[in-house]
Amino acid sequence: MSRSQLDRPAIPAGLGADDTGCHVLHVDMDAFFASCELRTRPALQGRPVIVGSDAPRSVVLAATYEARRFGVHSAMPMSRARRLCPQAVLIEPTRGLYRAVSEEVMAILGEVTDRIEPLSLDEAFLDVAPAVRRMGRPAEIGRHIRERVRAEQGITCSVGVAATKHVAKLAGAHAKPDGLLVVPTARVLDFLHPLPVSVLWGVGERTGQSLERLGLRTVGDLARAPVETLRHSLGAALGSHLHELAWGRDPRPVEPHRLDKSIGAEETFARDLSDPVAVRAELLRLSERVASRLRRQRVVTRTVALKIRFADFTTVNRSRTLTEATDVAKDLYATAAALYDAMGIGGRRVRLVGVRAESLGPAGQQDRQLAFDEPAIGWREAEVVADEAAVRFGPDAVRPAALLRAPDRTSAAGRHPSGREPDGH
Amino acid sequence: MKFRLDRDDLADSVAWAARTLPSRPSIPMLAGLLVEADEHGLTLSSFDYEVSGRVTLPAEVDEPGRVLVSGKLLADIARAMPAQPVDLSADTSRVELRCGRSTFTLPTLPVEDYPVLPDMPTSSGSVAGPVLAGAVAQVAIAAGRDDTLPTLTGVRVEVTGSVITLAATDRYRLAVRTFDWQPERPDLDSAALVPARTFAETAKSLAGCELVRLSLAGSGAGEGLMGFEGGGRRTTTRLLDGEFPKYRALLPTESATVATVDTGTLTDAVKRVALVAERNTPVRLTFSGDEVLLRAGTGDDAQATEGIEGAVEGDPVEIAFNPSYLLDGVGAVGTPSVRFSFTSATRPAVLTGVADEPSDGADPYRYLLMPVRLSG
Repeated sequence: MSRSQLDRPAIPAGLGADDTGCHVLHVDMDAFFASCELRTRPALQGRPVIVGSDAPRSVVLAATYEARRFGVHSAMPMSRARRLCPQAVLIEPTRGLYRAVSEEVMAILGEVTDRIEPLSLDEAFLDVAPAVRRMGRPAEIGRHIRERVRAEQGITCSVGVAATKHVAKLAGAHAKPDGLLVVPTARVLDFLHPLPVSVLWGVGERTGQSLERLGLRTVGDLARAPVETLRHSLGAALGSHLHELAWGRDPRPVEPHRLDKSIGAEETFARDLSDPVAVRAELLRLSERVASRLRRQRVVTRTVALKIRFADFTTVNRSRTLTEATDVAKDLYATAAALYDAMGIGGRRVRLVGVRAESLGPAGQQDRQLAFDEPAIGWREAEVVADEAAVRFGPDAVRPAALLRAPDRTSAAGRHPSGREPDGH
Repeated sequence: MKFRLDRDDLADSVAWAARTLPSRPSIPMLAGLLVEADEHGLTLSSFDYEVSGRVTLPAEVDEPGRVLVSGKLLADIARAMPAQPVDLSADTSRVELRCGRSTFTLPTLPVEDYPVLPDMPTSSGSVAGPVLAGAVAQVAIAAGRDDTLPTLTGVRVEVTGSVITLAATDRYRLAVRTFDWQPERPDLDSAALVPARTFAETAKSLAGCELVRLSLAGSGAGEGLMGFEGGGRRTTTRLLDGEFPKYRALLPTESATVATVDTGTLTDAVKRVALVAERNTPVRLTFSGDEVLLRAGTGDDAQATEGIEGAVEGDPVEIAFNPSYLLDGVGAVGTPSVRFSFTSATRPAVLTGVADEPSDGADPYRYLLMPVRLSG
C-alpha cells in the first residue's frame, strides 16, 4: 500500500484470461483501517479520509485512495499528511476493530482453503488447489472471496492470482483498489519485466542503488543481466534470489501458519432472523463447518464460543469450556445451542451468528474420557465420513437431517447469495 | 410478637432453615426467614420457589406474631450469642434480640408479600436418617453438574414396595444404591427425579434423625414435589422434569477380571500418583496377579508410579481413569475393601464394597466408571 502503487505502469494487454495452474491467491484489503472505519460512517465514502491520531509525532495508519491521490500514504508523519491534504477527514483509530474485522475476513478465507498464510492483519496468501474441484477455477474463487468480504464485512479487497506467491502479490498490488488480476503462467514475464526492480522482494533502498549503478532499472534489465554479475555485486544469495524472481521463479509454497488460535465460522443474514428455530439451524450448520475444519487441521477444541450480533449491531459473545476436547459438530452444536438458549433472547432479531472453537490442541494426543452413551463408532466417525463426501461432492453432500430443508428455508428467508459456498459438483 | 427460647435451639434451627436461602436472591424478600410465634411455639420457614424449609421448636410465647428478617444475619447472630436464654420481640418495622448483655436490632422485610410455602405432600413412608444420608451421599457424587443437561443433575428415586433405588449419572459414571424402608403402602410403586445437590444436603441435614418421613407425591396436592420430615424439620424440593437415562442396561452382567484392594491403601496411592496428573490426565492402573500398579504422567512431564497389594482373579487388565472420578467411587463404597470388576479397558469398571460379612444377594451399592481411552 505505498505510493508507488498509484503510479504503476499500465497492465500489459492479455492478462487476466487464463488462470490454469494459477492456484496461489494474494488477498489484500484495500486501505484496511480506513475501510473499517468507513463502514460505520457511510457519509465519508468517496472522500479523503486518514486514520491516525491528531497527536504530535503521530503517523498515518491508513488513508483512503481519495487521500492517497494527494500524496498521503501510511507511515507518513501526520503533520505532513495534513499539509498535503488539509481537507481530509481525520479518524482516531478504534481499538480492537481492525483485529476483529481481520479475524472475520481470515475466517472467510479459511473456509475456502486451510492452506492459508496470513502476512498481516489485512493480507494473506491462499493456495486454492484443493478447493478448485469444490468451488471452481482460481479466478472464480477470487471473485467469490471479494464478493463475500464486501457483502459480509462491508470492505473491499483486491486479489492477485498467479502460479507463485511473488507474482500473485504483485498482481494483487496491480489490481488495487477493489480489483482482481490473473497473471497467466504464460504471461508472467510480460507482466514482470516492465516493472521497476523495486517491486522485487529483497530490493530495498540500498540494493536498489546497487542495481541502479549497474544500470538495471526494470525487472527485465535484471533478468537479462548475467547472474554472476548480480552475485558479485549483491552477494551470492541475494544475487541468485533476485535472478530467480526476475524470471518468475519462486518455489516457496504457501505455508499455513503453525496452529490456529481458534477456528470459527459466521453467517450474516441478509434479512435478520428472529425465529429461534432458524437461529439454531444456523448454529448447527456453522458447527458442522467448524468441526470439519478442526478435523482437517487435525486439532481439537476445548472451548466453544458463540457470537450473536443483533439487528442494532450490539454484539454478545459467550463461551463455555468442555469437559473433553472435541472435533465433533454434535458437541460444538450442543454447546453453542445451550449458550444461545441461556442468553434468553428468543425473539430478538439477529443479524449475525458465529460459532468459534478456541483453546485448540493437536488432535490424537488427548486421552479421551469415554461416556456411557457414546458408542465405539459414533458421531465422530459419521462426521469423518461426511468430510470425505464433502471433499468429493461438495460441502453440502452430507448434512444433518435438521438442515435438509435449509436451502429452501434460508433462500426464502433471503440469505445473501454470497453467504453460501457454491457447489462444485 | 414476643417470645423466649434457648440459645442452642435457636441457633440450630435458624442455621438449618437458613441453609438453603439464596445468597443473591432474585427478589430481596426471598433472602428472608419467616419467624412465626403462636401457642404451639416457634416456626421458622424459608422458601426460594425451589426448596422450602420449615422447623418448629418449643418457645415461651408471650405474644404471637409473624415477621420476616434477613435469614443470613439472624443465623450469624444466633450462632454468636452467648449460651443464655434469648428474648426476641418484634413490631412491624424491627426485631430486637436480647441475650445476656447483648442486644441486636434488625429491620424487618415486608412479610405481606412473602410467598405461601407449598404444602407437605402426604407421607409415603419412612427410613432411618443415617441410612438415607449415607445412600444419597453415595449416589449424588455421580450426578452431573452441567446445567445444559438438567436431567443428569438429578438423582433418580425409584420406590418399589419396601425397596428404594437411587441412581445418578453424569455420562461418565453411574452410582446406584438400593436400601430398605418402611412404606405406608406395601404396593407403592413410584419414581421421581430430585435435584442432587438439594437432595444430598437435605439428607445430610436430617442424618441425626431417628426416622425421616419421605413424601413422594404421585398426584394431587404437592405434585412435582418431594418432601422430607424429621425431628420437627420439614423440607420440600421441586422435582426435575425429563427422562432419566435407562441406566439398568448399563450394569454389566459378567466380568473377565475381578480385583479386591484395600480401600484406604488404594485411596492414598491414587492421591499420591495423581499429584503429577495435570487437569484431566488419567491415572493408569494395571491389575495382575497380586499387585495393582498405578502410574500417572507421560512423556517429558512429571511421572509417578506406585504398586500396591491386591487380589486379582482372571485376565490381567490395564485401564485408565480420571483420578477424581476414581477417588469419588473408591471413597463412596464405604467398606474396608473395594472390589473392581472389569470386562475390557474400554468398558465400564464396576466398583462395589466388600463387607466384612458376606451380604445376601445383589450389591447394595454399585459405582460404574467409564475409563479414559489413552491416545498412545
